[in-house]
Amino acid sequence: MTELVKVCGLQVAVRTGAGVDVPIVHGADFSLHKGEVLALIGESGSGKTTIALSLMGYARSGCHIVGGSVHVDGTDLLTLSPSKLAKVRGRTVSYIAQSAAAAFNPAITIMNQVIESAMIHKTCSRREAEKKAIGLFRELALPDPEHIGERYPHQVSGGQLQRLMAAMALITDPILVILDEPTTALDVTTQIEVLRAFKKVVRERNTTAVYVSHDLAVVAQMADRIVVLKNGEIQENSLTKDLLIEPKHEYTKSLLSAMKPESRQDTVSQNIMDLETSTPLLEVRNLEVCFEKGKRVLQDIDLKIRRGSTVGVIGESGSGKTTLARSIVGLVEPSLGNIYLDGEALNASASGRTREQLRRVQYVFQNADTALNPLHTVEDILARPLSFYHGMKGQKRRDRVAELLSLVHLPDSIAKRRPTELSGGQKQRINLARALAAEPDIILCDEVTSALDTVVGAAILELMADLRKKLNVSYLFISHDISMVQAICDEVVVLYSGFKVEQGAGESFQRPPFHPYTQLLIDSVPEMKQGWLESTGANHETLPKIAPIKADVVLCPFLDRCSVRIDGQCNQVIPDRKKLEKGNQIFCHHSFSNKKSQALEVEEQPISQLQSV
Amino acid sequence: MNTHTSSVTAAEPTQKASFSSRFHVRSISGLIGLILVGFWLVISVIGPMLSPYPPNDFVSNTVFGPMSMKHFFGTDYLGRDMFSRVLAGTPYTIGVALAATVAACLAGVISGLVAAAATSWVDMTISRTQDALISIPSKMFALIMVASFGSSVPILILTAAIAYMPGSFRIARSLAVNVMTLDYVQVARLRGESMPYIIFKEVLPNMFRPVLTDFGLRFVFIVLLLSAMSFLGLGIQPPEADWGSLVRENIGGLSSGAPAVIMPAIAIATLTIGVNLLIDSIGSKSVQH
Ligand SMILES: Nc1ncnc2c1ncn2[C@@H]1O[C@H](COP(=O)(O)OP(=O)(O)OP(=O)(O)O)[C@@H](O)[C@H]1O
Ligand code: SF4
Ligand SMILES: [Mg+2]
Repeated sequence: MTELVKVCGLQVAVRTGAGVDVPIVHGADFSLHKGEVLALIGESGSGKTTIALSLMGYARSGCHIVGGSVHVDGTDLLTLSPSKLAKVRGRTVSYIAQSAAAAFNPAITIMNQVIESAMIHKTCSRREAEKKAIGLFRELALPDPEHIGERYPHQVSGGQLQRLMAAMALITDPILVILDEPTTALDVTTQIEVLRAFKKVVRERNTTAVYVSHDLAVVAQMADRIVVLKNGEIQENSLTKDLLIEPKHEYTKSLLSAMKPESRQDTVSQNIMDLETSTPLLEVRNLEVCFEKGKRVLQDIDLKIRRGSTVGVIGESGSGKTTLARSIVGLVEPSLGNIYLDGEALNASASGRTREQLRRVQYVFQNADTALNPLHTVEDILARPLSFYHGMKGQKRRDRVAELLSLVHLPDSIAKRRPTELSGGQKQRINLARALAAEPDIILCDEVTSALDTVVGAAILELMADLRKKLNVSYLFISHDISMVQAICDEVVVLYSGFKVEQGAGESFQRPPFHPYTQLLIDSVPEMKQGWLESTGANHETLPKIAPIKADVVLCPFLDRCSVRIDGQCNQVIPDRKKLEKGNQIFCHHSFSNKKSQALEVEEQPISQLQSV
Repeated sequence: MNTHTSSVTAAEPTQKASFSSRFHVRSISGLIGLILVGFWLVISVIGPMLSPYPPNDFVSNTVFGPMSMKHFFGTDYLGRDMFSRVLAGTPYTIGVALAATVAACLAGVISGLVAAAATSWVDMTISRTQDALISIPSKMFALIMVASFGSSVPILILTAAIAYMPGSFRIARSLAVNVMTLDYVQVARLRGESMPYIIFKEVLPNMFRPVLTDFGLRFVFIVLLLSAMSFLGLGIQPPEADWGSLVRENIGGLSSGAPAVIMPAIAIATLTIGVNLLIDSIGSKSVQH
């Protein structure tokens, strides 16, 4: 079998402002056979995307390819003229980007965009292209394949859009498809659907593909061969099954171990018991939020956070996690319910709270890039809360800034820099340090590690656990990653479309039974073994049939996705909150007391084996 | 723990900067702009002192005289020294336009910030008023103003400022609204900061570059508006003259290609092009970061 794609000694460099070339890829060599899927894996900045783009003969602005060759089907792309390259792109080699939303034009129907490259390269007539597109929609398991092309991009979900982008890339029958983190922006439950669809078309069409990702567990499902990158150099190039079982390179080993979150329930568990009777530090009672009239984004939320404890909130995108945090700090005014700090009701709006109340509850925003003013230095950013809340000045304030920096494990020298000169992990630490500067009692952390690499994210988590021990702060920890949350939180709340569907101690999420939605979340977290994608129960089975639902009755929010729904019950009345034997409270008609009746039992497995993203 | 800090690779210089790199070309055009603008700003201050003849004296018997050592820019339709007249017109053109631009942008930015920070009711009132103003064509507005109050320097400044304030307001308001929704402003709000602190420390500095760019553009528009007004005879009144009126006065020399009509036109062109080049380089810098 001959090699379809062969990359030899590829070197890419970036030109700095001073006109100096800094190499970012130092001589990469790898090759692909027809029908093979190769994964490029590494942290951000390791050069994954750079290499993937050079497979199309393309370098991002500021970068340029310095040396080496990229042969695709016998032609060296790096020697082609720009006009010849334009013929290759989208025709011979196609690209599926991380964010489908950014790749689609919102004002043009999906069909027109999907067949656009076939039209440009004139591979077939419009009618043929449309027919082919519909075939691809069907293969990708998109709903209503005949008519989905008539919709506009905003009329389909994120996961569907990602699959439509795959159709767009496959329409010209390219020789090589590049998938750049195609599921990173998706929820785990959606990711599964997309991965399954991708895998099916790749296998059926015998497509040759390069799959770029930072998630080893996802890659293990998709790729035949894995190339591990670090700082622009190839560390290891092995078959997937070999790499998972016995990684050759040290770095691969560290990557594998960073994906296993450690349990950190060492500190506060007994404190909780002691304090069960006293007033909680923060209490949310009967919270309800409506943005538009009648459309509830959060409802009936009760939550208690005790001093020094960590409460986790999980749920998929749009479930209301951020809204919950924002209403606690007073950025969103609830339509019902109250927030209590040490038993004292807080004003609904931040502007109505006292400075002391504001100081005690700090909010760390989801995105550190936008949470730091790009024109302020790190010192300005940290000094402001010090003078604002604690009246510090001069040398004393400078000392405290240095202290805070060392608390979050950053060197002093960083104080004079601006946020644009910091890495993602460093920004997130400054973001955290600013919250700490206020000396708060509780910190609300909104997906603080989601934008970071596994290794950097793990470091931030460790830091937060450290600080909790040192300073006895409490955390409300928002995440979409159930394995991480259950590992570090004393208590976990599962949100589904604004409802609290399950609540219980962190360690109780290691053993079933769970609420059906929690079960789905757990089953959807990719595992680091080949074949998991085919074996996992999540989103697979056809749902039990139920009678049509009467209009305007409020029912369980999870009804239309639930695999254990009960006809005659779930489709007629709203469930109660029940207490399970293991202590968890769930919002479901099942009570899971009669164990053998549960289909859920099949999936019994300790969650500690699950891998984080 | 600190894995992320060690990710900086050894930087090896492999190639010297080439002069053709885009970075250089951009800053060269910016430099040209800077030189042109700087030149005219200096001239507008010291120009009248350099003038070889009194600008309103008839110094030659030839009208529309050619360029010569005696008269660098030739003579105008009455035999006055054109070089002295262009120098004398500089402070009018630049001074009036600059004053009007500063007034327009100050008023626009202040009202934009107030609208963005205030309650929706105040915002509505300000925005609708500005919308009403922007819907009047600026030339028409200027004609009405001059027709009702007569033409004088303060009236011209006021007219141009009012005509160009709404544009500045719109840009400032939308910038401010955008910045206000950014997380770092929310952080400041949550900290309990006062509105002035938020505006001056968090919002305004982040609007500075686009506002500056807008200032330059607006300056060019106002120069052109004032020149057009003068060209119509409604601007600076004779015997004083800005560049626009110089063009109009000497329009008769156009057929013979007299420098008297070409030189002030070139002056207008170099000033506006210079400002444009300068703005472009400021704008592209902000894109680069
Ligand atoms: N200002 C707003 N106006 C109207 N609807 C909103 C507003 N903010 C959020 N929503 C809606 O409220 C719901 C919950 O949003 P929220 O941001 O809390 O989700 P999330 O769980 O944090 O999601 P993610 O994981 O994507 O951050 C979503 O349906 C969202 O569209
Ligand atoms: S109430 Fe019914 S539909 Fe809802 S989660 Fe429970 S079993 Fe499923
Ligand atoms: Mg969120």
